[in-house]
Order: sequence, then C-alpha cells, then structure tokens
Amino acid sequence: MNWVWANLDLIRDRTLDHLILSVPPIILSFVIALPLGWLANRYRLSRGVILTVSGLLYAIPSFPMFIVLPALVGTTLRSPLNLVIALTIYGVALMVRVVADGLASVDADVQRSAVAVGFSTWTNFWQVELPLSGPVLLAGLRVVAVSTVSLATVGAVIGAQSLGSLFTDGFQRGIQAEIITGIVATVLLALLLDGALVAVGRLALPWTRARKSVRAAARLRLPVEVTP
Amino acid sequence: MFTVKKGRLAAIAAVAVGAVVALAGCASGDPLGAGSTASGDSKTLVVGSQDYYSNEIIAEIYAQALEANGVTVDRQFRIGQREVYLPEITGGKIDVFPEYTGSLLQALDKKAAGGTADETYAELKKTLPSGLSVLDQAAATDQNSWTVTQAFAKKYNLTDIASLKKVTEPITVGGNSELETRPYGPTALKEKYGIETAGFKPVEDGGGPLTVKALVQGDIQLANIYTASPNIKSDNLVALTDPDGLFFPDNVVPVVSKKVDDKTAAVLNKVSAALSAENLVSLNSESVNDQKSAKAIAADWLKQAALF
Amino acid sequence: MNIFGDALNWIIDPANYSGPGAIPMRLLEHLGFTFLTLLVASAIAIPFGFVIGHTGRGRGLAVTTSGGLRAIPTLGLLTLVALWIGIGLGAPYVALTVLAIPPILAGAYTGFEAIDRGAIDAARAVGMSEVQILTQVEIPLGLPLLIGGLRSAALQVVATATLAAYVADFGLGRYLFSGLKTRDYAQMLGGSILVILLALALEGIFATIQRVVVPRGVASTRLLVDRARPARPRPGMEPAITKGNP
Repeated sequence: MNWVWANLDLIRDRTLDHLILSVPPIILSFVIALPLGWLANRYRLSRGVILTVSGLLYAIPSFPMFIVLPALVGTTLRSPLNLVIALTIYGVALMVRVVADGLASVDADVQRSAVAVGFSTWTNFWQVELPLSGPVLLAGLRVVAVSTVSLATVGAVIGAQSLGSLFTDGFQRGIQAEIITGIVATVLLALLLDGALVAVGRLALPWTRARKSVRAAARLRLPVEVTP
Repeated sequence: MFTVKKGRLAAIAAVAVGAVVALAGCASGDPLGAGSTASGDSKTLVVGSQDYYSNEIIAEIYAQALEANGVTVDRQFRIGQREVYLPEITGGKIDVFPEYTGSLLQALDKKAAGGTADETYAELKKTLPSGLSVLDQAAATDQNSWTVTQAFAKKYNLTDIASLKKVTEPITVGGNSELETRPYGPTALKEKYGIETAGFKPVEDGGGPLTVKALVQGDIQLANIYTASPNIKSDNLVALTDPDGLFFPDNVVPVVSKKVDDKTAAVLNKVSAALSAENLVSLNSESVNDQKSAKAIAADWLKQAALF
Repeated sequence: MNIFGDALNWIIDPANYSGPGAIPMRLLEHLGFTFLTLLVASAIAIPFGFVIGHTGRGRGLAVTTSGGLRAIPTLGLLTLVALWIGIGLGAPYVALTVLAIPPILAGAYTGFEAIDRGAIDAARAVGMSEVQILTQVEIPLGLPLLIGGLRSAALQVVATATLAAYVADFGLGRYLFSGLKTRDYAQMLGGSILVILLALALEGIFATIQRVVVPRGVASTRLLVDRARPARPRPGMEPAITKGNP
C-alpha cells in the first residue's frame, strides 16, 4: 500500500489516460454498430457480409492490430488515435452481432402491429425495435466496455500510456505493488464503466427494472406482455 | 408512452455523442497525440524519454531543471525503445531527449567506428541528422555489458568478454529481444571471439529484475545488463570488461532540437556536468530498491546538487 | 502498401523456414500452447459450468466471477506472475488460462440454460436418473454453446499468446517483439499476419465442429441455438463471445 500512497498522482494520470483511450471506443462502437446491425438484421445479403466481416475483424489479435493499424491509417505507432481506432474496431465487431440479434429478437407480432398502425421504417426502428431490443444491446455494450478497458492496457507495450504502463514499469523495476495496483485499477475502472452503463440503461429503459417477474417468466418461456 | 421513451433515448444519445466529441477533443489535444503537440507554442519544450525507468529519471531531471529556469515543459515520457521514438525526434516532435552516445550512434549509422567516449561523442555529432544536435555529454554512463554471476566468473576465471571462450558448458544468452540482432549481440560474440552460445532467451525488461533472476537461477548464463544497474552490486554480478570496444561507450547526453536556445542549452549542460557515473547508479537504486518515483528522485538530486 | 508487400515477402522467404526460430516451429509452438491452455482451462471451467447449469445454483456467482476475471488485464497478470516464478512459459500459461476460463464457463452453463425445460422434464418423466439426464440430455444439447465458448476462448488465447514472447523465447509473438524493437516492419507485420491467419484457421475449424456436434434431433433449431439467442430478450444475458483481455 505504501507504493500506492506515494504514487497517487501517477495512478491518477494513468487512469485518466486510460479513460481517454477506452471511453470513446465504447461509445463509438455503439453508434457505429447500430446502423450496421440494423442493416445486417434487415437484409439477408447484408447480414452475411456484415457478420462475416465483423467476425473476421474480431479474430485479429490486439497486439498485431496495434502494430498493423498505423501502417494502414498513417497514425504514429504510439498515437492514442491509433489505439482508439483499434479498440473501436473490436467494439464494433462485437456490437454488430449483438445489435443484429437484439433487433431480430423483437417479437414479429409487435413489429407487424407497428407497421399496421402506420409506423415508417424510421419510426419503427426508433420507437419499437430499439427500445425493445434495449436490454440485449445493453448487455452487449457492457461486455464491450469491460473488454475495451482491459484491452487498452496492451497499448503500453507499444508505448501508449495507460494503466498498462504500470505493468511495464513495475516489471522493469521489479515492483510488484505497482503491477498489482495496475491490475486492480483496471478492474475497478472496468466495473465503474460497467456500472455507469447499467445506470444509463435504467434511465433509458425504465421499464426493465419493474420487470423482474417478467424476466423470470421469460426464462420459463411463458408468454408475457411486451409493452410495459 | 412512446414519445416519452423517445425523448429519453434522444437525450441519452445526445449525451453520448457529446461525450464522444468531448473525449475525442481531449484525445487529439492530449500531449501524447504524437503528430499534434504543442510545437506551435515556441515557449514550450517537449521533453521525451525512453520506456526505461532510468532514462525517465534523467528526463525528469532535465524537465525540472528547465522548469526551475522558467521554461514550460511538456513531458512525453516512456515512449518505447529507440526504434519507436527516433523518427519522432528526427521529425522535430520532441525537443529534448536523454540519450546514450554509443547506442544512438549505432542506431543512426550501423557502420559507425566508435572508440573512446570522446571519439564516439565527436562521431555522433557528425552523424546526427540536420536540425538535431547534442549538448555536452555527462560523465555518467549506462552502457551495455555482458554480465555473468560472480560464481560463474570464478568457476571459469572470467575477466573480459574474450575469456568466455574458456567456458565449457552451454551458454544461454538473455536480454531484450532486440539484443539478438544488435551489432554486439550473440552473432558478434561468435564472429569476433569464436564464442558459441547455446540459445537466446528474450526477457523484455531491459536487463531488469527478471533478467537478473534468470541469471542468478541459472536459466541463462550470460545477460545484457546495463552498467548503471543497481542489481550488479546487489546481486553479486560481474560485468565482463570490454577492452576491444565491442560495446560503444554510452555516456548520457541530451539530444535537442533547434528550439533549444543557448540559454536553455546552458541549463542542460550544467546538469550534465554534475551527473557522475556513481550518481546514475544511485539514482537507479532509489528507483528500484527504494521504489521512489522519478519525480521525487529527480527533485532530490537537483536539490542536493544545488545547481539552480 | 509497399510495407504489406515486404511483409508477404518475409512470410514466403525460404530463409525464414529453417534454423532456430523458423516459422513452422513458431507456428507449432503457438498452436501447442493454445491447445494446452484450452485443455487446462476446460478441465477447470467445464465441471463448474455443468454443475451450475444442471442445478441452476451459483449462476450469479459465476457471472460475477467470470466478469471479474474478464476484466483482469492479461499483460498485468503475465508480468506479475513472471516476477514471481521467473522467465519461461509458466507465467504465460497461468495468465492465459485465467483468460480462457470465463468464455468456457459461460459456454458450459448457458448451454444448459438454453435447453428447453420440456425436454428435461420429459427425460425425468420417462424415469432417467439425474446422471442420465446430465450425460444423455443436457450435455449433448448444450454442446453447441459449449463449443462456442471454447471457440471464443481459443480465439482469445491464440491472439493473446503473442504476449508470451514478453518473457519467453516462444511462439509467433517473438516476430512481433523483435520486429517492433528493431524497426523491422516486414517481420513485425509478417508475424502479425501469421497470427491473424492462425486465428482465422481456428475460427474455421471450430465453426465446423460446432456444426457437426449438433445432435441430429435438434438440427432443425440449429440456427437459433448457434446464435445463442433466446426467444425473447433476456435481461442480463451476455453474448457468449468476448474479446480477449490481454
């Protein structure tokens, strides 16, 4: 603990660096995955293409990705932008499938009713499909958040500052407390962002809170009212 | 019902987009954003450092010395090994960087001749790309060495690098992965001295605790450890002498851009004049053994040296 | 895209196919490491997952634990364990096993949960013992999702195993580190491309296995099971795949 007290400012700085690296990719991947997922869910052809491509992107290991990307987009190796782009690619690859599956999980009857009462594709998406697939999207975004925070540490190996720098520095100097601090801080940050997403989810999807019983019913596959 | 929901979602979407924009703004304005930087502001100097704790301490000393003399400093520390940061220095994105004469010379010119500390320094001055210069070199050195344990040295009566030829057991070499292809690496041992090595084990800690541990435990027999490492003393290691100049002398020297004027250069020269070889070892020891931060170590040293 | 041409040349350069550190050797090391890590992680995770899936107890704990494990950065664990036990493969094995456990565990219990309760009730009704239900109903029916979990674990391990070269003379990561540190971009990119190809090859293999192991009787619902999609959005349900967290 002594190390922690003596280096609070360092820990604070690296945590901020880490936030700057990991928050934009989480938000960007949601924003980008939404239209792509919708497209994947909507047409059979685009589904194949989009899901295959995102699956392939997802298979690219992070460390090589951080190295390959600058060669492609012209950023410098240790630029935060490089890492933000790489982490966004992973986030999108994961979220697209979640969005597609989430939208597909919306009850066909509800969709048909929406069309019947005259909803356009646009309003149907915003007012029916998106809210109803909300819980699935939120679950997916939470996974994206945790893995993004964790992945960002690898940037330290190529010289981008983050909580991962505590690993490489502690490793060189043989300070275990520093590495442990880095691990704990990374996990806490991941949990913090996860918690923030849950809070956002409560705000955006207020009806899910009051639906514990509904959730239980869903697990038993009993028919339940979808609209709150 | 739906309109309420829509309003909420829209609000959250707006907040999210706002956050992205704000954070993206942070990211590009962030000092780490290599390409961007504060280079436009002529009063701010960018001080960089390698991804090596000892180098960071020296950079921090430079930074604090500059600040004590009214210069605004933008610290961009721990930016990888020479291969990563060299293009940024030559590209003028970093103004002050602590370097090591011989290693930098070899990185710039693979066929460099080297020699004594002064010869190496003079050659380096000539080799530097235009726009860059080196200030005075310090007496402090942190050079590469071939290091063995004291017991191993005693067993085979080892003194200098050439005497490794007397070793009859297989010698496994350890060090950072780039060592394998360095001009003083295992290949050079074979070509220059006929010393056969039995394999190479990479440990990416810059001759740090894990390399030392591997050496002491016998996982490796020969390691590249920097001569300013406090472990040499604390773990009973022997750095083999290098009479033939296999390793270039590596005196600490600030590499600076054109933005460093004479007055600023004088500040850094004053630091270099005071930085002795013993100083560097004890600075490193404060970092590794006392676990002090670079900031604290630098501040203490500057206070003790009473330069400003 | 000259640099990619250089990288491809590096990959096909015969000089890289002989002597110590040859490409085939590094590939085999990498594969062997991945396989062994998956084996150990499976031995730990699958029994737990089956117990949780069968009894329905401890799910919350499992979700929390694997969520926590997932957040642990592999690079941190690797460097920490390396400081304890020294250079070599010990530390990478520990770090990557921890990485591989959550997806396998999730695959094992979500596989059971996705089974139609009716099938299990029917099995019980015809007089099957709990062990029989487990081995003859739940495991075969849950297999596609378990394989899915193994698939994403394999992907993560193969990708993250590059970090093993941080402390050991091992695997394809060696090309990345030595390329990175000597500005040998051809080697670095070439090595990266090899890792990516290996990951894609494993993806293909697992996708095939996943298709093959689906019991004949449930093949008609395969698409649904394959995508791990509940009939209705189930709050708290997480996708079986996650990115590696080095």
